[in-house]
Amino acid sequence: MQVIKNNQIIENQWTFLDDDAPVIAGNICVSLARWQAEKEQLSKHAGNLGVRILSTDDISTLGADLGLFALVELNVSDFMDGRSFSQAYLLRHRYRFQGEIRATGTYLADQAFYFSRVGVNAFSPENLLQTQATLKDFTVFYQ
Amino acid sequence: MYQYNHNDQILIEERVAQFRRQTEQFLNGEISEDGYRNLRLRNGVYIQKHSPMLRVAVPYGVLNSKQLHKLAHIARTYDKNYCHVTTRQNVQFNWPKLEQIPDILAELAEVQMHAIQTSGNCMRNTTSDHLAGVCVDEIDDPRPYCELIRQWTTLHPEFDFLPRKFKIAVSGSLHDRAATQFHDIGLHLVKNDAGEVGFRVLVGGGLGRTPVIGQIIKPFLDKKHILSYLEAILRIYNLFGRRDNKYKARIKILVKEEGLEKFNEMVEQEWALIRDGLEVSEERFTTMKSHFSPFDYDEKAALNITFEQYKHENKTFAKWVEHNTLEHKIAGYRVVFLSLKHPETPPGDLTSEQLDTIADLAVRYSFGEVRSTHRQNLVFADVKQADLFQLWQLLNAANLATPNIGTATDIICCPGLDFCSLANAGSIGIAKEINEILDDMDYLHDIGNVNINMSGCVNGCAHQSVGHIGILGVDKKGVEWYQITLGGSSANEAAIGERLGAAVPKNEIAQTVGTILEVYVGQRLHEETFLETVNRVGIEPFKAKVYASH
Repeated sequence: MQVIKNNQIIENQWTFLDDDAPVIAGNICVSLARWQAEKEQLSKHAGNLGVRILSTDDISTLGADLGLFALVELNVSDFMDGRSFSQAYLLRHRYRFQGEIRATGTYLADQAFYFSRVGVNAFSPENLLQTQATLKDFTVFYQ
Repeated sequence: MYQYNHNDQILIEERVAQFRRQTEQFLNGEISEDGYRNLRLRNGVYIQKHSPMLRVAVPYGVLNSKQLHKLAHIARTYDKNYCHVTTRQNVQFNWPKLEQIPDILAELAEVQMHAIQTSGNCMRNTTSDHLAGVCVDEIDDPRPYCELIRQWTTLHPEFDFLPRKFKIAVSGSLHDRAATQFHDIGLHLVKNDAGEVGFRVLVGGGLGRTPVIGQIIKPFLDKKHILSYLEAILRIYNLFGRRDNKYKARIKILVKEEGLEKFNEMVEQEWALIRDGLEVSEERFTTMKSHFSPFDYDEKAALNITFEQYKHENKTFAKWVEHNTLEHKIAGYRVVFLSLKHPETPPGDLTSEQLDTIADLAVRYSFGEVRSTHRQNLVFADVKQADLFQLWQLLNAANLATPNIGTATDIICCPGLDFCSLANAGSIGIAKEINEILDDMDYLHDIGNVNINMSGCVNGCAHQSVGHIGILGVDKKGVEWYQITLGGSSANEAAIGERLGAAVPKNEIAQTVGTILEVYVGQRLHEETFLETVNRVGIEPFKAKVYASH
């Protein structure tokens, strides 16, 4: 699978583990619930760690754990649900998260530009090329 | 008025290119129906009953002559030769073809206009007082602040997919002419004890299905903090506003469910974290204000009093001056209302010919600018009194001088069943019938100020719940009925109208309005207005008369 990261199309280097899936080697991403339940074991994982945040999750609960992650995945279940945009803003600007913020799930290619403006730097959309192209839609903005 | 700089222009051109590409992709099946729906809504494109509808933004109601000519051209080229002024001071085209809308938007961009965020669950056009900068009771001109807010809200990356639509209104005067108490955020320019200008901020007001009067969340906000404070409110709303039920998704419900105190705490907490560094500089305010500097008024304008003579000689002209013009802060000038409520035309409609005429008259008589009002009329804000008689004659010839501003035939009306896919009832026909029973101008003027607001459905586009007389179309098993409310107001003493009683069938509605006005005439004391009488006697006398024969 390929993703867009920092405007480039690259090979995906992350595996999302379902809550009941066994931990595997490499870079893994888990749900917030699983992280909270298995924090102790997971933090010993040799590869990089990521956490998947739903629009209904409260990211402030991550607290100091945020420093343990190389990836935060913002999983959009409904493109009309704009909470992910505020979550991205908070992660990048309030909590100063330096790692990869990736928008996953179901969203419109045309939302990628807005995501990129609030701190999202990676995308795993259905249509890679279409999404990549939208990132150049605007050269000016007010905010 | 505000003139775009290079970046402003680039932004709207890039937006046009984006929408052109989105529309092509949709027509080629590369964007889903649901996806495209959300993209087109954010460009003002609705799919109506008969065809798409395009809602063009008129930021805080200010237009220039060039823009009016462009609207005329668009109506002529892409539509059926007319457009419609809305209650949010915008302009709608009811018959464009979807595939031509990108071309229309490109034409609009040539005159610094756009349709960005005129619909959809996002921050909408900021509205204001149509008398901004010229009225006698002004604390500060709201337009520079409106433009700041327009820019901040435009394509805001974080707040374009809100739980529901979000409307901001700004008033700079003692008298609220922008219905700020019925907006998601209402901003009143005020002065503190030290004489500094700031904002009184109201939150959680709104019309629609559940009308609510906004509450004061901040009695005085230093103006430099305006954008950070708006951002704090929007972030709290975006994160915590309800998304499970679209009828409970407006910020008014969040404020109600959390309680103002708790909501305020949430906002304050957020605001404290962002406000430092987001201040608007004095320099930016100054630059913005320079776009709205007073015109080069003729200092001797007050010396020419020929119009008094004309008033004396011509009673019709005198009536027009009395009803359709207002005092201006500069002696010798008047504010002139162009009535879009001619008895023969649907309220708020303008033909291409009228648009062109207005554009030309604006240049000749009012520094080339026009404003739209939330009661669906237009305003020439800066007319010399010496020009009034000539202007009146020209407006009269264009059917724009019906002397009914503020009267019972100055009806606010949505396009209703005639156009809108949401409506249960056709409001335009009723407006015509009301005009027919009130065709005696002397009687109309004797009744005086009555705001009749009529919506074709519960979404309340015509703000029926704040009409002195509100009329709401409801569908009862496929038949059009109308619910009537009395005593609503969107002015300083904001109030939501009280229901008169059972709904009235369509063929009785005009006559019912007639009866209500007769009761008022019978009940009023001295110079009492309709609203004052309703507030004093309550709805019972009206109810008794209206339902007497039922």
